[in-house]
Amino acid sequence: MSAFSAIGSGEEREVDQNEFTPSIEPQPTWCPGCGDFGVLKALKGALAELEKDPEEVLVVTGIGCSGKLNSYLDSYGFHTIHGRSLPIARAAKLANPELEVIAAGGDGDGYGIGGNHFMHTARENHDITYIVFDNEVFGLTKGQTSPTSPMGHKSKTQPKGSAKNPIRPLSLSLTSGSSFVARTAAVNPNQAKDIIKEAVTHDGFSHIDFLTQCPTWNKDAKQYVPYTDIQQSDDHDVDLGDRRSASEMMHEAEDALYEGEVLTGRFYKDENRHAYHEEKQERGDFPSEPLAERYFEDGDWERSYDYIDRHA
Amino acid sequence: MTNDELIWRIAGGSGDGIDSTSQNFAKALMRAGLHVFTHRHYPSRIRGGHTYVEIRASDEPVKSRGDGYNFLLALGDSFARNPKEDAYYGEEEVKPLSENLDDLREGGVIVYDSGLLDVDEVENFDERVEENDWHVFDVNLRELAKEHGREIMRNTAGVGFTAALVGMELDRIEELMREAMSGDILDANLAVLQDAYDLVGEEYHVEHDVRVPTGSHDEEQVLVSGSHGIAYGALDEGCRFIAGYPMTPWTDVFTILTNLMPDVGGISEQVEDEIAAAALAMGASHTGAKAMSGSSGGGFALMSEPLGLAEMTETPLVLVESMRAGPSTGMPTKPEQADVEHVLFTSQGDSHRVVFAPSDPIECYEQTRRAFQLAYDYQIPAIVVYDQKLSGEYRNVPKSFFDQEPNPDLGSVASEEELAELPHTEGGKFHRFQHDTEEGVSPRSIPGQKGGHFLATGNEHNPAGHISEDPDNRVAQVDRRNQKLDTIREDLADESHNVVNGDDAADFGLISFGSQSGTVDEAVARLNENGDSVKHLSLSEIEPFPYDQVREFVESVDETLVVEMNSSGQLRGHIQRRLGTGEETFGSLLKYDGNPYEPAEVVEAVQHELGSVDETTSRTRLVTPGDQV
Ligand SMILES: Cc1ncc(C[n+]2csc(CCOP(=O)(O)OP(=O)(O)O)c2C)c(N)n1
Ligand code: SF4
Repeated sequence: MSAFSAIGSGEEREVDQNEFTPSIEPQPTWCPGCGDFGVLKALKGALAELEKDPEEVLVVTGIGCSGKLNSYLDSYGFHTIHGRSLPIARAAKLANPELEVIAAGGDGDGYGIGGNHFMHTARENHDITYIVFDNEVFGLTKGQTSPTSPMGHKSKTQPKGSAKNPIRPLSLSLTSGSSFVARTAAVNPNQAKDIIKEAVTHDGFSHIDFLTQCPTWNKDAKQYVPYTDIQQSDDHDVDLGDRRSASEMMHEAEDALYEGEVLTGRFYKDENRHAYHEEKQERGDFPSEPLAERYFEDGDWERSYDYIDRHA
Repeated sequence: MTNDELIWRIAGGSGDGIDSTSQNFAKALMRAGLHVFTHRHYPSRIRGGHTYVEIRASDEPVKSRGDGYNFLLALGDSFARNPKEDAYYGEEEVKPLSENLDDLREGGVIVYDSGLLDVDEVENFDERVEENDWHVFDVNLRELAKEHGREIMRNTAGVGFTAALVGMELDRIEELMREAMSGDILDANLAVLQDAYDLVGEEYHVEHDVRVPTGSHDEEQVLVSGSHGIAYGALDEGCRFIAGYPMTPWTDVFTILTNLMPDVGGISEQVEDEIAAAALAMGASHTGAKAMSGSSGGGFALMSEPLGLAEMTETPLVLVESMRAGPSTGMPTKPEQADVEHVLFTSQGDSHRVVFAPSDPIECYEQTRRAFQLAYDYQIPAIVVYDQKLSGEYRNVPKSFFDQEPNPDLGSVASEEELAELPHTEGGKFHRFQHDTEEGVSPRSIPGQKGGHFLATGNEHNPAGHISEDPDNRVAQVDRRNQKLDTIREDLADESHNVVNGDDAADFGLISFGSQSGTVDEAVARLNENGDSVKHLSLSEIEPFPYDQVREFVESVDETLVVEMNSSGQLRGHIQRRLGTGEETFGSLLKYDGNPYEPAEVVEAVQHELGSVDETTSRTRLVTPGDQV
């Protein structure tokens, strides 16, 4: 028997999304009307429809209101530190590629303090799903300007209004190397659920810029309605597999957002590129079975003594 | 100074192959039956600039570089002198000679490459030669190498010449060359080696008495550095995941393990920064692999965050800190022992960690294994701190030493069967962080295991992992985490690696740690031979602090001198803080010029403290008990 029988047990069963709900405490501490509820709901729905066993899923989060996602979701969870969810999620996937690894955090967490990790995780194309709760503001620390806040955004730390251009998450993601890039919004849980499902099944780094309203600190924020799903609209035409076409569509969506037009949907999908661990494996630089599995077997372990003549 | 040992220094420019040549020569000496110890000195520059490696070879085991040396092979810095034009680094071109003369012992030998070096440019050369009774051999090694087609074989020529001068057979050197090269290159090198060797008998008159000692090992030896010790220790504990970001001198461990990982089915990751590196190691460890990361001072500073998270989430994490002179980027290629406080105190809150400071390659191996064992048994971060000196110094170790059992055990991880028996919440969530457990450790589960799901969080949490600010839970969790260190201390006491050497009855004591221990041991042996009575405690377990051992040592002497390579007396401060002892009986010997101690410096300082010499001449600073550091 495998040491990780929650993973790929082969047993087919229907998974009720309530399996992902902790039966006793904690009650979410998010504010009423917060977009984060929408992410939680969409994620539970997606995982249930994909028939994921909660114990084969590891959700790694950063710090912020968004970082509490896995406190309200029953699965394996690692609530880490501000901005660092990705390096931890990456390693988890490398140590056990059979595990379903999902990382999540806010726009401050992911595009600010964790920006460097975002760029590199995308570049490496790890097979994980990354959900960024984009509410254009720091929620948990009470409303300061975030990397996606629009220029001119006033907060207690930028009382005269931000003089910075906002980050363009979709374009940044594409140039960094993500192989799946999408944007969805908490106000549409159905689209969100479908996009999460697609991201989770995609073999490579899937980045979802998830628009979440923060009624507490971002009173001016558009509630991301009405929004347009670019896949459903005849006005927009994007060839998902083509970088240039995707890039143009992203620019359009990013320009439009701050003018009140919310474009969502899939923006880019590269199905040909190998996920990072597969790429490594092809180079003979990655084990053929999960590292994690090995520690539970009684196999032979190499010793330094066996290599000393070669390396000493 | 005696000449019953060969201390061979090869000097030249960085990038001229000094490192590989010296390693091969050291190996040859080792295979010839000698004990060897190497010391590397290099500038923070990739090519050119003065660099040297010293090999001390003796028929007795050697623990330090010794004082000075007795054979100089000055090769010339090919990057300082542009062979086609005149010198373009000015004065630097004679550095392989001029920079090294201060430490050359009386009666020593100088061989220099007259193809690249000109003794007329060295100040007072002839006078100094005369005064010190040095034996000088000028030989155009460059030309000799060129004759066989490749100027770069100057090094080989120098080795051949050396061998003839010290009475060493060429067979071991040839054997190593055959292992490392083949074809035309091998033939050319063998020819140069032989020509240079023969040249001595044909054209030079030899009357010095620097000779290679004869020795014999009764078993096969291997040449390993402190970094190899750490890497092999990690490997034998089942470490199969290493993540890092290059920084001198940590890069040594990182590279050795990276080379090994594909062979042993492991994973090595070079990542974007040190925060990520430590976070990856933790992520892999959380997911059921034995993992390690590390860095040097500046990079380790970035690891402070993941270090704290590992402690709070009780995720095993092994880190290596390879110290170099600071603050900030300091002197990248020079050793110092000034990150002790950094390693002990970095990260916020009441945080704890295990800290080991091994003193030689064997201890590096052993302490790394223990660091893994403790980290995984007790779910706590463990740090192995060492320095640039130990990182790059090679020593012979009997090969059989490494013939050890591997330990791929994940420590306090429960199987799925065991998980089923352990406490869960009503909703089925595993009590990963139970309050009352034996030894402060609650068993952990690995993602993917049935019946083990829980939340790991850096916030304070209740037994199931949920964020909690409940005061009773907080106290219970803190107490349990604190308890681990006490349990570990008891564990360690039985098989401590801290050793006392010297005269048991002495009332003058020295304490040192890490890379300086061997040097202090040698100094102590000399002092006791000369009639002074001293003893030495070599500390390699820094945290949990071995109270009983240190207290017993300190109380057994009237005065303690803590010898360390920094300017602020960090180890001394740590000992005094832990023991709650005042200044009255503690003194410090400090050195922070970028070079490790030589035994003579320690001898001199102790004699000064004991009143037998008036002045100290070296670049050390002696702080007498009662004085402020
Ligand atoms: C290293 C570090 N710096 C700062 C903080 C304080 N902090 C906590 S959450 C947060 C901002 C979160 O904003 P965002 O990522 O946008 O998430 P949101 O709360 O809006 O979901 C900050 C700055 C921290 N916890 N750690
Ligand atoms: S502060 Fe904003 S982001 Fe945080 S919970 Fe409240 S509404 Fe949501």
